[in-house]
Amino acid sequence: MAGAAVPGRLRWQSATVLELVDETPQCRTIALAPADWPGHLAGQHVDVRLTAEDGYQAQRSYSIASAPGDDALRLTVERIDDGEVSPYLADELRPGDELELRGPIGGYFVWEERLGGPLMLVAGGSGIVPFRAMLRHWAGGDRSIPARLLYSARTLEDLIYRQELAELGADVRFTLTREAPGGWDGHHGRIDRALLTEVVWPPAERPLVYVCGPSGFVEAAAQGLVDTGHQPGRIRTERFGPTGT
Amino acid sequence: MEAVDGNAIAGQLHQHFGTDMTTARGACAHCGARAMIAELAVYNQAPGAVARCRACGSVVMVVVEIHGTTGVNYAGFHLERT
Repeated sequence: MAGAAVPGRLRWQSATVLELVDETPQCRTIALAPADWPGHLAGQHVDVRLTAEDGYQAQRSYSIASAPGDDALRLTVERIDDGEVSPYLADELRPGDELELRGPIGGYFVWEERLGGPLMLVAGGSGIVPFRAMLRHWAGGDRSIPARLLYSARTLEDLIYRQELAELGADVRFTLTREAPGGWDGHHGRIDRALLTEVVWPPAERPLVYVCGPSGFVEAAAQGLVDTGHQPGRIRTERFGPTGT
Repeated sequence: MEAVDGNAIAGQLHQHFGTDMTTARGACAHCGARAMIAELAVYNQAPGAVARCRACGSVVMVVVEIHGTTGVNYAGFHLERT
């Protein structure tokens, strides 16, 4: 099927933790070396499973933050304070530990060069994670495809990969929904029709738009795009909920 | 409770069907609305996951995974075989 990196059944496998990187007070990136990684597409995710000593299991989905050509498989996990899985991943995990995962998963919310552009990415909060993979993939390929990111977060310190995103060469726009620091030259406020009209290529240019974030964010952004004339068939969405998916 | 979407059950469906199913299309057995599995409204904060049609709200799919075995009931979703 189109977009599936590898056909066949998924298997749970063990991955070794190589490195942990604190991105923001709430987010940590986990670099992993899976035992047998078939490669992935930018935008895909993995399922992570934790097993307690009594056999109780909990699993969550996490977007892959690394590009297909990167040296390690990277996941960025946002700590949900009352969560079952993310506090362990964000606080307890150490280099050398083993983590159980299966993937890569998904063929819908992926971007490959052959899909072209203009590539428009709209992220809310930790919805930025799959876009790091897409933009790194874009940066290593055909840069004649225009790429633009609109990324909404609550405060400056909640922006994940801020420095890195600015250095990838894409047109990156940030908007802060709560406090903006003095001298902030980005946007301020939630993503609404006015901001979408200002930042997204006009519908006549047929941008391929990806929207990722919490459910409410995705609903509002996708509806705003349709209301401003974008074809639903050119908009791909991925929603995650409080379970950290 | 807030819904996510069919991407959230992609792993279980891949496990069950042996291939990625997020781009597979089908029709709601209740109202006939066509959708890609990635677009379905998914409620997954219980031990199983329930997928509903975004047009009429009917349950189109139920997914449970117990001890590594995935069960999928998609009687409410007429999958288009490709």
